[in-house]
Amino acid sequence: MSEKEVKNLEEIFEARIARDEKIEPKDWMPEKYRKTHIRQISQHAHSEIVGMLPEGNWISRAPSLRRKAALLAKVQDEAGHGLYLYSACETLGISRNELYEQLHSGKAKYSSIFNYPTVTWADMGAIGWLVDGAAIINQVPLCNTSYGPYARAMVRVCKEESFHQRQGFEIMLKLCNGSSEQKEMAQDALNRWWWPSLMMLGPTDAESVHTEQSMKWKLKRKTNDELRQQFIDQTVPQADILGLTIPDPNLKWNEETGSYDFGEIDWDEFWQVVKGHGPCNKKRMKDRVGAWERGAWVRDAAMAYAEKTEKKKLKEAI
Amino acid sequence: MNEDLYNYILGIADNSLILGQRLGELCGHGPSLETDIAGTNISLDLIGQTRSYFQYAAKLAGDDRTEDDIAFLRLEKQYTNVLLVEQPNTHFGYVMARQYLFDVFHLLFLKELQGSKDETLAAIAKKGIKEVSYHKRFSGDWIKRLGDGTEESHAKIQEAIDDLWTYTDELFDSTAADAVMTAQGIGVDVSKLKDTYYKEVSDLLEEATLATPESKYFTRGGKKGTHSEHMGYLLSDLQYMQRTYPNMNW
Amino acid sequence: MSKNWPLWEVFVRSKNGLEHRHFGSLHAADAEMALENARDVYTRRNEGVSIWVVESKDITASNPADNGELFEPAQDKVYRHPTFYDLPDEVKHM
Repeated sequence: MSEKEVKNLEEIFEARIARDEKIEPKDWMPEKYRKTHIRQISQHAHSEIVGMLPEGNWISRAPSLRRKAALLAKVQDEAGHGLYLYSACETLGISRNELYEQLHSGKAKYSSIFNYPTVTWADMGAIGWLVDGAAIINQVPLCNTSYGPYARAMVRVCKEESFHQRQGFEIMLKLCNGSSEQKEMAQDALNRWWWPSLMMLGPTDAESVHTEQSMKWKLKRKTNDELRQQFIDQTVPQADILGLTIPDPNLKWNEETGSYDFGEIDWDEFWQVVKGHGPCNKKRMKDRVGAWERGAWVRDAAMAYAEKTEKKKLKEAI
Repeated sequence: MNEDLYNYILGIADNSLILGQRLGELCGHGPSLETDIAGTNISLDLIGQTRSYFQYAAKLAGDDRTEDDIAFLRLEKQYTNVLLVEQPNTHFGYVMARQYLFDVFHLLFLKELQGSKDETLAAIAKKGIKEVSYHKRFSGDWIKRLGDGTEESHAKIQEAIDDLWTYTDELFDSTAADAVMTAQGIGVDVSKLKDTYYKEVSDLLEEATLATPESKYFTRGGKKGTHSEHMGYLLSDLQYMQRTYPNMNW
Repeated sequence: MSKNWPLWEVFVRSKNGLEHRHFGSLHAADAEMALENARDVYTRRNEGVSIWVVESKDITASNPADNGELFEPAQDKVYRHPTFYDLPDEVKHM
């Protein structure tokens, strides 16, 4: 194809997206669109499955049977969401194994928040309330993103996700209405998860490299800073209901903007964790890679068995 | 309170609780996303069954104890699950072998229990049968895949079957509560399930190109509260919160 | 060896009376496993009463580049639609 023809195709393509038409797997698409989508969707999928680990850490220690079942179901949903997203990503011509490889080798990123440790039961509450809260803000707009398979996966994810945040908030509420030890546990969790949750919505707009293109392709509908503000404005009143204090002395309602002003985010910490030096980066990767490697003989066995059975069937047919 | 019925229910429920706990440990660490999701489903079914049993037991007790008191606040000696279900997740072969060896028993057991004169137990059993039929299908399919898969998988699943075999005979031991409940038409005479069990298991093992262990040496004790060394660690996890923060709501 | 589990497409009938609809895909070594995985992945919340699985490679798809010749000729066949025909108002239901 000549350069001019490609340019023409690109124009038609961009116009389709601007008209809110969906792009489907076999449609022509610019290479950059494909690559950007593989990166974002897989990053999202990786976040789901790495995200299983910090919460999985508490399944065996959940304090009641009801909580144990809810947490199991939640972590299982995350596996399901990872699966939907990997599947969406595979429609772009890359296999799940290749995507795993990128994750395991450290080439692909996942949400940095999962590199923080879950040290108390209250962390299950804080993650559900704050981390899922921030995730939902990020995800809801993606139900209308331009790439069909991604949008459909997100519709499913968002529908299922709705219980996650409530589950977390309920855990917090129980703690806050409980003994002083429980309330302290809840406050401590909020103290540790608040700032990472704000960071989770991404670097400030000034630092963010992909925003403009992503907006055009509807991979993003609002900027990181807008999302962060939305998250803070919706979360502060919830903390009030819990009777917890947001660990930010500069947090203040601003009459004029109708929003909360907040303190400086420690971006050095953010970049340190992104670059692999958070408290649990190594452990999370070790767990993922370990599970994958320990499972190799199982996956091989299933393939070998399938091939044998197939052969047997063919033989019988003859 | 009817002590025998109470203890009888706990004996059944502890198997589901402890196996559900073991499977829960695996969540996020399975050989593929798909198997992870399946394993969690089985764990959720078992925890669900446990809750139904314990809620019933708590009601029978008639005091202010809850399902969670029963689940989390007993001494190791007071748990009466079979040794089989507390065995660790050594590798995926052990997980599937443990599952299958229990599932076959579990389904036979529930099919009998649905005829119990106790309506609540019969109802719990009826619901459980559907769940456990699927568990057995899932674990049985995996035994076949691993047995007739690669050389390595064949060796590994055979090793697991051989190691866990010693815990199978205990499934058919009758406890004091068992005897009383069976006499009243409430409980199941587990000794009667034994022949069917071993026949079904060895048929599947054969199909999976695996050898049925011939050892006649069996290990028992769980049903009487004498557990393997693994149990203490399992309970440390299970009971951690309730022991560290007594008398609180979660 | 390490061959990857192939990809399968999953179709679920949500309830009797409705058609099977494409729900998504997953990986499985064989059809049996694909069915079981589909049950665990796509019907966790009671979403189905029947499942079909088919290996993705067995699906033949039309090429979007052919959309013009495949689908556009149908656009001007308005006479296939009931609104093409003029009837007097007195004929209410037809």
